[in-house]
Amino acid sequence: MFHRFLSIIRRQRTSPRCQNWCLARSSASAAEAHSVTLPAQAQVVICGGGIMGTSVAYHLSRMGWKDIVLLEQGRLAAGSTRFCAGILSTARHLTIEQKMADYSNKLYEQLEQETGIQTGYIRTGSVFLAQTQDRLISLKRINSRLNVIGIPSEIISPKKVAELHPFLNVHDLVGAMHVPEDAVVSSADVALALASAASQNGVQIYDRTSVLHVMVKKGQVTGVETDKGQIECQYFVNCAGQWAYELGLSNEEPVSIPLHACEHFYLLTRPLETPLQNNTPTIVDPDGRIYIRNWQGGILSGGFEKNPKPIFTEGKNQLEIQNLQEDWDHFEPLLSSLLRRMPELEMLEILKLVNCPETFTPDMRCIMGESPVVRGYFVLAGMNSAGLSFGGGAGKYLAEWIVHGYPSENVWELDLKRFGALQSSRTFLRHRVMEVMPLIYDLKVPRWDFQTGRQLRTSPLYDRLDAQGARWMEKHGFERPKYFVPPDKDLLALEQSKTFYKPDWFDIVESEVKCCKEAVCVIDMSSFTKFEITSTGDQALEVLQFLFSNDLDVPVGHIVHTGMLNEAGGYENDCSIARLSKRSFFMISPTDQQVHCWAWLRKHMPEDSSLVLEDVTWKYTALNLIGPRAVDVLSELSYAPMTPDHFPTLFCKEMSVGYANGIRVMSMTHTGEPGFMLYIPIEGMDFMGQDALLQQKQNGVYRRFTLFILEDHDTDLDLWPWWGEPIYRNGQYVGQTTSSAYSYTLERHVCLGFVHNFSEDTGEEQVVTADFVNRGEYEIDIAGCRFQAKAKLYPVASFFTHKRRKDDVELSDLHGK
Amino acid sequence: MPAPTQLFFPLVRNCELSRIYGTACYCHHKHLCCSSPYLSQSRLRYTPHPAYATFCRPKESWWQYTQGRRYASTPQKFYLTPPQVNSILKANEYSFKVPEFDGKNVSSILGFDSNQLPANAPIEDRRSAATCLQTRGMLLGVFDGHAGCACSQAVSERLFYYIAVSLLPHETLLEIENAVESGRALLPILQWHKHPNDYFSKEASKLYFNSLRTYWQELIDLNTGESTDIDVKEALINAFKRLDNDISLEAQVGDPNSFLNYLVLRVAFSGATACVAHVDGVDLHVANTGDSRAMLGVQEEDGSWSAVTLSNDHNAQNDREVERLKLEHPKGEAKSVVKQDRLLGLLMPFRAFGDVKFKWSIDLQKRVIESGPDQLNDNEYTKFIPPNYHTPPYLTAEPEVTYHRLRPQDKFLVLATDGLWETMHRHDVVKIVGEYLTGMHHQQPIAVGGYKVTLGQMHGLLTERRAKMSSVFEDQNAATHLIRHAVGNNEFGAVDHERLSKMLSLPEELARMYRDDITIIVVQFNSHVVGAYQNQE
Repeated sequence: MFHRFLSIIRRQRTSPRCQNWCLARSSASAAEAHSVTLPAQAQVVICGGGIMGTSVAYHLSRMGWKDIVLLEQGRLAAGSTRFCAGILSTARHLTIEQKMADYSNKLYEQLEQETGIQTGYIRTGSVFLAQTQDRLISLKRINSRLNVIGIPSEIISPKKVAELHPFLNVHDLVGAMHVPEDAVVSSADVALALASAASQNGVQIYDRTSVLHVMVKKGQVTGVETDKGQIECQYFVNCAGQWAYELGLSNEEPVSIPLHACEHFYLLTRPLETPLQNNTPTIVDPDGRIYIRNWQGGILSGGFEKNPKPIFTEGKNQLEIQNLQEDWDHFEPLLSSLLRRMPELEMLEILKLVNCPETFTPDMRCIMGESPVVRGYFVLAGMNSAGLSFGGGAGKYLAEWIVHGYPSENVWELDLKRFGALQSSRTFLRHRVMEVMPLIYDLKVPRWDFQTGRQLRTSPLYDRLDAQGARWMEKHGFERPKYFVPPDKDLLALEQSKTFYKPDWFDIVESEVKCCKEAVCVIDMSSFTKFEITSTGDQALEVLQFLFSNDLDVPVGHIVHTGMLNEAGGYENDCSIARLSKRSFFMISPTDQQVHCWAWLRKHMPEDSSLVLEDVTWKYTALNLIGPRAVDVLSELSYAPMTPDHFPTLFCKEMSVGYANGIRVMSMTHTGEPGFMLYIPIEGMDFMGQDALLQQKQNGVYRRFTLFILEDHDTDLDLWPWWGEPIYRNGQYVGQTTSSAYSYTLERHVCLGFVHNFSEDTGEEQVVTADFVNRGEYEIDIAGCRFQAKAKLYPVASFFTHKRRKDDVELSDLHGK
Repeated sequence: MPAPTQLFFPLVRNCELSRIYGTACYCHHKHLCCSSPYLSQSRLRYTPHPAYATFCRPKESWWQYTQGRRYASTPQKFYLTPPQVNSILKANEYSFKVPEFDGKNVSSILGFDSNQLPANAPIEDRRSAATCLQTRGMLLGVFDGHAGCACSQAVSERLFYYIAVSLLPHETLLEIENAVESGRALLPILQWHKHPNDYFSKEASKLYFNSLRTYWQELIDLNTGESTDIDVKEALINAFKRLDNDISLEAQVGDPNSFLNYLVLRVAFSGATACVAHVDGVDLHVANTGDSRAMLGVQEEDGSWSAVTLSNDHNAQNDREVERLKLEHPKGEAKSVVKQDRLLGLLMPFRAFGDVKFKWSIDLQKRVIESGPDQLNDNEYTKFIPPNYHTPPYLTAEPEVTYHRLRPQDKFLVLATDGLWETMHRHDVVKIVGEYLTGMHHQQPIAVGGYKVTLGQMHGLLTERRAKMSSVFEDQNAATHLIRHAVGNNEFGAVDHERLSKMLSLPEELARMYRDDITIIVVQFNSHVVGAYQNQE
């Protein structure tokens, strides 16, 4: 097998880099194909021979797994990987994406040496141009985050930009970001090199073999059915790129992988008279929606237009694939943009306009992880046209996920389980990706909401709230009100305001907070995930005691705030659990944990027919009655005393409110304010992760969740913190913020984040003590500007207390759910 | 004297009234009309008969008169710039695209464009479009009001509900009635597709609902229990007749609320024609009452366009209509029933909603006017009884329904009020719309192939193509495009900007001399779906 595979690579290397090579070989390969017999079984079957599939195979094999089969329906590296523009860029919006790209960069750089296969890797660096101040702020934010994870980058002046590239028109620029270690590389060759290395490590690779569907028994992968026969396997990895959606649905138990392809165009030119040097940096001009790299002495330039053309909505269509045509009229705005940026290129001769479909996801983040419905079914796809940049890192994390149960980095933001089934309709995806693709180069301001594919799920009160002027945001497909626009406000201005500074809704939210704090408010929290766990005997209590960290053997009617931990002691979920009866529990979790939490529970609950787990999210409208007058309102409506004596904190009982009966009232809120949750029907040994926690208790923890109050920050004039801002302790980088909000109570910005203790000598992580946190001087870096911050260990203990202590922070503002 | 009349029919304009209520002495007074200055004419606007006749002139004469004098005495020094012209033409344009499901449009309708250009101030034309939610199909209609806009407004709000109810199966009617009875939420019946300027009367909505409910209650009672297929033609006819009947009844009964009482009288005493299309799959029904028209645009195999008329005008040019009227009345009235090409020498359309002056007995008219509000009582026009009024009713709202089974070559349907048809020939209408709709695909895509092309050359070429596209598609809306031609066409059939600018800059009181209100709906059919229907058989 390996011999045959190498021959592909050799032929590939000797043939000129034209797209015909695969066609030329097809007859020979077809003859070979008949003689091939697939192995009857393997530990892992990977579907897809692009950069993702080969990277997963490479990393699995490097981690010591040998029994791996990689199947490719056509030829290795012949899909989107083949057409990829070959730009490796580490300047990403999410830190986890930056880390993946950084790892990829380092991996590709040494790949040629490792495998002997030329990959065309050249360290060119890249320059991101800013035509506006807002864009420059956005670049500064990325720059701050790149620096703290050790990727060199700097903000430079337009003059400096002109020195980096010979043809750039810089007169309309306000600045730029230079990332000197970014590179260009032939992605097809990278995939072939990875495949070759994997093959040397024992991975068996078969091209021209299509996976028909994955065989599943009792929610567990058992094998794959291909056009050349069956292979039994334990793990299946779907790296089918733009076909991943269809492949996911082809199972008897479908796995929904929400992604959709759009046509993507780039231009190739013949060489300049004096050929462009091959280390000329790549230019990204997001305001002009284009990228430009050097290519064989000429240029390669493409972009992400405002009006994308979605493709393959109806699935794989051979006719469409063969007829992918150049669409010059469609490309015109990008060409104009290119000539504005590099006017001297007018005389450059066109070689061709390439049309290569790229895959996009509903939230512009890639998809990885295990299916919530089929164990052993892993996915890595939906790269939003950054497949080359992510390929190495993503493949590594997924391999770790398969081998160790979870990657070495936190990839929560990329987990397949962030999507619900509703986000998988073809129409939804088609509409949404048309919004996502332009977003790649749009200015990404904080708290931005998608406009398409909305109202997938709404609360029963949606229409009423909407009539009251609610502005909506979406979480996990669920519409939730952000704030209510007073009748006299100019709606249009509010919707269109995009800023990194103080947003226009500030005053509106201020008055809403005031109302919650001084009077009483109702918040619709119907979106929260609600499960009921019941059993005939004590099984429910037993399993919950095992899965949750706090003691749930409490008297009936009591509520416990707790969470589920993984083996490493990390949070998989945080929730409140009410004990409804001896044998039944009601569990409330954040909205976006519906799939994740369900999958986690199902995975760890024993197969026991007497134990019933039910998702009752839809069965209740949940209202949060909040504020100091909440008690009065509720007692007036129910004719029942609601004082703490009669209704203590963290207590739950069914009662009537107004004319409605059978309402589950809980004396707790999700915001830390005094108040109640009302659940209106629409029609509880050892626990998991305990060892890790005990060990943490003994050895100390390596990072601590800490709260920061910005000291010298001017809310009106300074850039706002949003999330992902680096935290400095005594001038040393110690971590990043995870969320932040303005506290109307403290009249200060409050940020949450993890504090680490990196050794000054080795960079290794050391134990973080409370003392360490308390004795530091802190600064938060917002787009390159540092603000002093006061640190407080996160006051978890007071999270749900009824009476607010004096120094308690405005937690409602911190709620990022 | 003019003061109370202004109060009663503030919306009635001299010219419009005269268009509708032509006069027996038209020929004799032609010169008088033409020579009298416009302002003195308007003072004579509502004088009773026989002075009434003096202001009743056919608008053709005004047309000639003003055309002849345009350059001599009308000072029109200012012209509108092209953007100003566009903003006037586009002020009322509306487009609706049938939403796709899973990337596919499964409806036989792709969407429609509509627009209207007022000549009267305010405009007396109305338009409506709605999707039936409880049955399949889409309803589209244009309504040309006269003697005010009250009747056309009411018909535009109400008629589709009457049609939709007529189409509903018995069980659905029962379900709706039960929901009303028990205070539950009602099933939605129509999804309206409205321009923001297309309003619904809030005040009358309760009254209108009650009348509609009475109608469906009767439909429920009449049901014999056998569930027969509902005949669309019959449903359309019943709906038209029933609504007209309700308009008449509401005016006779009156309303304790003085505003509503006045409203129902204004609706009944003014009139409106209606041309409505119901499209369900390949089944196209057109119900027409009056002189608006439905025209089908057919593309022949060679790409050329031809027009198929799907409605008959109900006016003096239609011999069958003249014949019908003569047969419906005693022989002795044969000469007076259609006189000077008008009904009783007064009304141009021979079928219409409202216009109770041509429907009620003299007794009834007098009784209603006497018991009505003072404004009505003081109004000389309402008191005026048409001459030779012996055997009412002379007028009906019953539509003529035509059926057409859509074929793949049927590309679009134009529904328009007579304001369009009197300025443009139907062949020109179909050709202009057809070329507009297909023009989008005229440009061939560019391919570099093996040619030597530089980036600069390509850029120049693309910019040129885009400029060409945008000039052809100055209009995003086929109806706007048609109005641009209807108002601005020169003798060669091309849009003349100067002419367009002059026509649109006419002062309000003059505009009506040169043109009528124009309302157009262009419905585009989905040939793929229509073709698929055909293949199924």
